[in-house]
Amino acid sequence: MAKFSYQHESILLLLLLILSATIGWFNPAFFGPGNLLSILKSCAIPGILALGTLLVLLSGNIDISFPAIAAASMYVTCKLALSAPWLDQMTLLVLLSATIGCLLGLANGVLVHCFNLPALIVTLGTGSLIRGGLLAFVGTRIVANLPSSMIAFSKATLFPIQDAGGQSTGLAISVVIYFVLALVTHLLLMRTMLGRGIYALGGAPESARRIGFPILGIQFFIYSFVGLLAGIAGILHASTVRNANPFDLAGLELTVIAAVVLGGTSITGGRGSVLGVMLGVALLVVLGNSLILLGLPSHWHQVASGLALILGTGLTAWRSRKGQSERGV
Amino acid sequence: MIQLDGISKRFGGVRALQNVSMQLRPGEVHCLAGENGSGKSTLIKVLSGVLRPDCGTITMGQQRVGHLTPIDSVRRGIQVIYQDFSLFPNLTVAENLALNSQLEHREWWVNRRRMWQTARQAMDRLGMTLPLDASVGELPVAQKQLVAIARALVQDARLIVLDEPTTALTHLEVDALFRILRKLRIRGVAILFVSHQLREMQRIGDRYTILRGGQVAASGPADQFDPGRITRTMTGRSITDERHASDHPATGQTLLEVTQLMSEALHGVSLRLHVGERLGLTGLLGSGQTALALALFGLQPVSSGQILWQGRPLSIRSVQDAIDARIAYVPEDRLTEGLFLDQSIERNIIAAHLQSVQGRLGLLAPRRVRRYAQHWRDALTLAAPDVSAPVRSLSGGNQQRVVLAKWLSRKPKLLILNGPTVGVDIGSKEGIHKKLQQLAAEGTSVLMISDDLAELARHTDRVLIMHRGRIVYELAGDNLSEQTINDHLSRLE
Amino acid sequence: MQENQSKRVNIAQGLKGWLGTDTNLLRLMVMTCTIFIVMCLATRGRFLSLPNFQAIGLLFPELAILSLAMMLAMFTGGIDLSVVAIANLSGLVAALIMTRLLPADTATVWVGWTLAGGVVAALVTGVICGAINGMLIARFHISAILATLGTMQLFTGLALVITGGQAITGFPDPFLFAGNGEWWGVPIPFLLFAILAGVLWVIVSRTPFGLQTQLTGSNSLAALFSGIRVPWILFRVYLTTGILASLTGLLMIARTNSAKADYGSSYLLQAILVAVLGGVSPTGGIGSVGGVVTAVIALQMLASGFNMLHFSNFSRDFFWGLFLLLIMVINHYANRRGGGRNG
Repeated sequence: MAKFSYQHESILLLLLLILSATIGWFNPAFFGPGNLLSILKSCAIPGILALGTLLVLLSGNIDISFPAIAAASMYVTCKLALSAPWLDQMTLLVLLSATIGCLLGLANGVLVHCFNLPALIVTLGTGSLIRGGLLAFVGTRIVANLPSSMIAFSKATLFPIQDAGGQSTGLAISVVIYFVLALVTHLLLMRTMLGRGIYALGGAPESARRIGFPILGIQFFIYSFVGLLAGIAGILHASTVRNANPFDLAGLELTVIAAVVLGGTSITGGRGSVLGVMLGVALLVVLGNSLILLGLPSHWHQVASGLALILGTGLTAWRSRKGQSERGV
Repeated sequence: MIQLDGISKRFGGVRALQNVSMQLRPGEVHCLAGENGSGKSTLIKVLSGVLRPDCGTITMGQQRVGHLTPIDSVRRGIQVIYQDFSLFPNLTVAENLALNSQLEHREWWVNRRRMWQTARQAMDRLGMTLPLDASVGELPVAQKQLVAIARALVQDARLIVLDEPTTALTHLEVDALFRILRKLRIRGVAILFVSHQLREMQRIGDRYTILRGGQVAASGPADQFDPGRITRTMTGRSITDERHASDHPATGQTLLEVTQLMSEALHGVSLRLHVGERLGLTGLLGSGQTALALALFGLQPVSSGQILWQGRPLSIRSVQDAIDARIAYVPEDRLTEGLFLDQSIERNIIAAHLQSVQGRLGLLAPRRVRRYAQHWRDALTLAAPDVSAPVRSLSGGNQQRVVLAKWLSRKPKLLILNGPTVGVDIGSKEGIHKKLQQLAAEGTSVLMISDDLAELARHTDRVLIMHRGRIVYELAGDNLSEQTINDHLSRLE
Repeated sequence: MQENQSKRVNIAQGLKGWLGTDTNLLRLMVMTCTIFIVMCLATRGRFLSLPNFQAIGLLFPELAILSLAMMLAMFTGGIDLSVVAIANLSGLVAALIMTRLLPADTATVWVGWTLAGGVVAALVTGVICGAINGMLIARFHISAILATLGTMQLFTGLALVITGGQAITGFPDPFLFAGNGEWWGVPIPFLLFAILAGVLWVIVSRTPFGLQTQLTGSNSLAALFSGIRVPWILFRVYLTTGILASLTGLLMIARTNSAKADYGSSYLLQAILVAVLGGVSPTGGIGSVGGVVTAVIALQMLASGFNMLHFSNFSRDFFWGLFLLLIMVINHYANRRGGGRNG
């Protein structure tokens, strides 16, 4: 809280700027408003998921079920909206999807807390259960005729501008939602006792219990919050791609965790920040974007993000070891 | 005044506490003593509300309650300072100090200004200054403890429980701690001092309660107790107090000769160790004792200096080198450095000596493993019927025996022990000392690092005192006693 | 009389000791038998047919080997998320050699050499990938979950770059036999797996390396203080998982007659699931080959049973997740009743 040295964040920002400058040097289209806006838009969904992952990692746990939760709440919401037309209103849909996600997340929290099971395994199980249940009992067909409010939402932009090709672009509303959620998460972590409790739980779980943090409440909150964000991200995703595909978002868990860790979050808990996570997500997205702009086949994307993750975590590991030996342990 | 009446607690078939009653008065330091497993920690947990007693009552002032919850306990002014201090390494000093009271007031928002104010007040009360925005994880141990005590004071504690507060502290730091405890006593705080260091209890205690087997074995004002009575009550038997000189004096043959050893923490250490000698090593915390042990065991790189082993130069670059030379090291922190808690006793015992249990094709032979483990269990009078049980199920003293067995089974020429009896009950302590004496008599050299002056004075032949990475004093023969070690230690700094 | 009583106590203790060490395995076996019986009843005996068992024997070795590799990594307290990526990359390397180096008019000798070349190249790929993981984890001290998360992306990415996302097909017949053939009615993959599992059992429970791996996972600091060369052990573990992954890759392409960069990505979570279900502790040091093999057989029976009952393919994931959570909750209650002392 006090004297936070945003050292890692500064390094990330620097890296991001260098990367952008390099790409801009080779292909000035990178700095075009259209491209920058589309980068922001690509950040929104992984970014929202990453905010939830940040919370879990801070508390010293891990959640890999959120893509399944996102897909389930999105798909179920869309199905419901199609059968109940009065639901066809974006706010309602987002709320519904968020609620479904929140409940599914709460189930994780109950299993983790009440049965004292390792979160990795619980969320592995619930992830498989939710995805399997969705595909086996709800449906496998892609919903292409989304509720009209979702289509409208995907087209709506703030500050519309004309880009060089005469096409109209602007700030997608999902980006605004992402930024608002990031701000809320930041304030939650830094300014509320709940947030400090999450840090405390990650730093020293036994101590947090002893000094009277309501562990049950905190854990329930964390997993519900992850579910809630997943629900929101899910519906925004469906709206962005303009269809609801129950197979979507699979495998995203590892990419999102990679971004969060790249953002300086410790996987053992207690260390990390919203700003770092946002930069981590941006770095991975820009990396992907750059390859296309540099004319490399998109297959290189995974190679690049793998290398970025290895270098990023390697750097962190090396720095923390150096710090330890300097302190004379 | 806080009064406990007839507190009992069972875990399955084990009676951890039976009908325990005691009174904690304001302005008094009450020492709670007992061997490991006597119920001390269960009693602390009852006071802090972590455990709910099966029966009995707790009376606080006029109010009588059956049991406490953690929040309850804090609200009523009970503060427990655990051995690990229960601090948050990733948060700042200010947050560590103020989180408790904010939680207690059920606040939702973090109020930074008030947090700092609270923290500063707490510091002032103890008359200390620590950087409030420093991360607690980066503070040295003694300062962490001060933060923990300061945090207890934030909430106007009426009772402060200190669980083995001195294990990680040096002599000077213990003095500083006692000064603070006396200050608190004057302010009318009740203090429950839990320890098994007799000497410290004698320095600070106004009243004693001694637990044995979950029951109060004796209780009363300090002047009714002397060390002999405390020991007898704790163990149920008397333990002789005189010096155990080697009945087999060192042969004069040199085993190990170290000259001008330099490393990050060692600044020119020279020493000589004879065959069958028990050499003590002490000093203020962090003066290089552990660094020397690690250097001799190949765990810390050495920049210069020479090690002569049986007259021949030896370079120890890895643990493997040390083991090949038959050097063994029983580390300081048994739980994190010595034991595989969830593995079986037999696996723990053979861990450093797999060659000896290999059968055909270099494969491990289960029957040989079993026999080997049983042999060493019996040799060290380890109380465990089944060597395939996990080490976690053993008591502290028996766990230390497992670590000893692991190394003794290699028949070491040099056995380095770092705090061999820390956290070991008095009965097991005696057993371990006897074993060491026997080993020395059989020709094993022992290098014992310890902060327990009585142990050093009674169970070594010679004591070296280290300071800032050098050996500064050597005490032997008639010159070696608790008093002289203490005198020399207080001459440092 | 007294003697008799003490003898009885001894027997009781012995039984308790045996059960105590292996209750998890026992519980798992009971569950497996239950699944078997339920499936037999539910399918009216169709489950109890040779073709069904052959199908099971053909399908489960791939997942089983990956799960055993996962178990080795978990022994050290780590995890290997890159196993499927390594399997695919090695499969691709082998596939490239077997298809591109084969001239149109093939002499049998030449086929033999390319086959051997492909297999060796796949294994070498596994070794290299494993060594990279090992270096990152043992030498550069990156936590296993992150290092292998990174290499997973890297290896998958490389595989995509090499093939451009295309599948490679058309392998020589002798190679396909290893993935689909039978020997006295027993599927070849099952035979290969049985041999491999035997070797792994010996490694895990009879060699110093296996024991040191478990000790390292139980407490790496204590392992260091016991003279175990922890980095070297870690390196060898990830090398081994790399080799096991490449074997899986060979098996996969031999069975499906095609190699693809992103094949079998669902295997990753399934392998973790199977390992945990088989009693491997994700925090390290605990687990057994027998447990993992039982778990994978149980899951495969569940899957093929549901298949016979015309459940959708996806319900398998659902029931696997349910099964995992169920076992964990049961274990939780059983352990709490057994050892409440630590509470």
